Amino acid sequence: MSAVEPTPAAAPEAAGTAGSPDVPDVPRAPGRWTDEVAFPPRASYHQLVEEYKASGFEQLSDLTAVDYLTHPGRSLPPGVEAARFEVVANLLSLSARRRVRVRVQVPEDDPAVDTLWDLYPGAEAMEREVFDLFGIRFAGHPDLTRILMPEDWEGHPLRKDYGVGRVPVQFKEAPGPR
Amino acid sequence: MSDERSVGGVRQARRFATAETSEGAQELATRARTSPDELRREAGAVLRIPEGGVVDAGDIDIERRSDETMIINMGPQHPSTHGVLRLMLELDGETVLRTKPVIGYLHTGMEKTGEELTYIQGGTNVTRMDYLSPLTNELVFALATEALLDVELPPRATWIRMLMSELQRMSSHLMWMATNGMDLGSTSMMIYGFREREMILAFWEKVTGLRMNHNYIRPGGVAADLPDGWEDDVDVICDTILRRTYEYDELLTGQPIFRERMEGVGNLSAEEALALSVTGPILRSTGVPWDLRRTMPYLDYAQLDFDVIVGTYGDNFDRYAIRLNEIRESVKLVRQIRDRMPPGDYRVQDRKVTPPPRARIDESMEALIHHFKIFTEGFRVPEGEVYVAIESPRGEIGCYLVSDGTSKPYRMHIRGPSFVNLQAVPTLLRGGLIADAVAIISSVDPVMGEVDR
Repeated sequence: MSAVEPTPAAAPEAAGTAGSPDVPDVPRAPGRWTDEVAFPPRASYHQLVEEYKASGFEQLSDLTAVDYLTHPGRSLPPGVEAARFEVVANLLSLSARRRVRVRVQVPEDDPAVDTLWDLYPGAEAMEREVFDLFGIRFAGHPDLTRILMPEDWEGHPLRKDYGVGRVPVQFKEAPGPR
Repeated sequence: MSDERSVGGVRQARRFATAETSEGAQELATRARTSPDELRREAGAVLRIPEGGVVDAGDIDIERRSDETMIINMGPQHPSTHGVLRLMLELDGETVLRTKPVIGYLHTGMEKTGEELTYIQGGTNVTRMDYLSPLTNELVFALATEALLDVELPPRATWIRMLMSELQRMSSHLMWMATNGMDLGSTSMMIYGFREREMILAFWEKVTGLRMNHNYIRPGGVAADLPDGWEDDVDVICDTILRRTYEYDELLTGQPIFRERMEGVGNLSAEEALALSVTGPILRSTGVPWDLRRTMPYLDYAQLDFDVIVGTYGDNFDRYAIRLNEIRESVKLVRQIRDRMPPGDYRVQDRKVTPPPRARIDESMEALIHHFKIFTEGFRVPEGEVYVAIESPRGEIGCYLVSDGTSKPYRMHIRGPSFVNLQAVPTLLRGGLIADAVAIISSVDPVMGEVDR
């Protein structure tokens, strides 16, 4: 591994970055690609991603979420207030060969963020997956329906308070109360 | 049988009210139930590119009356949907207007399961996602864990991993050649593809003990060293498969019927591919030279000599040619790895991460304790989060791992290339003929185990 020296990552530009790239919980090792991490407030999340897109991040690699219900004391840069959910978008710049990870805090009482679909149409299925499994709504998404679970499923399985092995299997057309 | 009973000597089937299968709002709605705005967005591709986006909304006749079109359902049990993919297609005659993939029929909650397994057990879980390239899944999970642990691997472990990934690419692409051949009516190609893949599976059985779902690449290295005489096996595999790829050329590449069905079918532009987050051979077929082995190298790929294959037109034929030539490039890579395989350890000698050798357990109390601790509670991984992406045969496979300092991942997310690439299907199918649908779905190469996870 040590033989591979990452070429870019000289000085990550702070294009509206709320957090610094020197976040303590980003592991760094020789030969591993280290990504810039940004922690925008929820209100400027869409705008920040738009700025990233304009600065050459052509593709949205991945979009997912984490439920920090049972791990609230995670390390975050100063000024970022931890919320229960975190939506994580991984942007990729093919021209600069760099990735940036945008982590936005989403509170439990209003689990909603702006959609990235108008910037990256590829976000469509990924945001539907996050909605399906975490119950986070994406404002402006054209078709926010469940994607992996059946339409009449109750609950959002990847939430930490969704018990494993304790929920009776829900079958369609099964008799009895749900 | 309870649903048949004899009434007056005549056997009658008892009538049941059949429960209609419905995924509700996940399905493709009829035109009458879709507003013009929504329709324009929908027509703009999708899964739907926004207005002013890449696709011109005027491309498709949105004024079409809904009684002229028909929505048909394909799958999830259709034989050529490569598993349980369900597509709803809106047709006008034989032309496909809109398509919507309905997925989730193979969803087993593997990301949730991953939170309940230790980092050592995690490999057995992720390997079952993309069942046609299990070693790639194990590799990305192992790399993410090692990034959090901050351990460095001995060179032999890295090179064994590269050897296995390249054999994986060959086997996965051969499998694709086989199924694609079958989808286009060439049953001989199906037999040949499986025949060649079998050689690689036999080699894996020798190395890992299993033909699929190996759990061979583990955090800290690999499970076992290569067996004696592995060089000879690899030589035979490389020579045979390289020779046979030229036989495929004779069978398929130059064949007029095959070309007719592949060339100019299912076109995608580079802009559309990037916008829809498409990666792998589909992105490269549009002319974008993006291969993570070259552009953002991991393992020791920077030391190897190989070409990134790109296409020009982004059609089915380009995707076919890219995969065929990637088999040849992988042969080239495997030969280099075979010649330069370094000696040494095949896993880190850190007893907190990898178990001690079996023989040590009998003589050392220390080793016994380590062995017991590793297999009961696992090793603790420092707090943090990491995203690692590598090039799987289908595109960028990524692992987003969050650790809370315990021996189980707090969150384990796999960015499956098939899941994302499937978003290109409506764009690829739009305006094409229904007869080409099967060929186009095949050229996307979705593996439903990974799509639904």
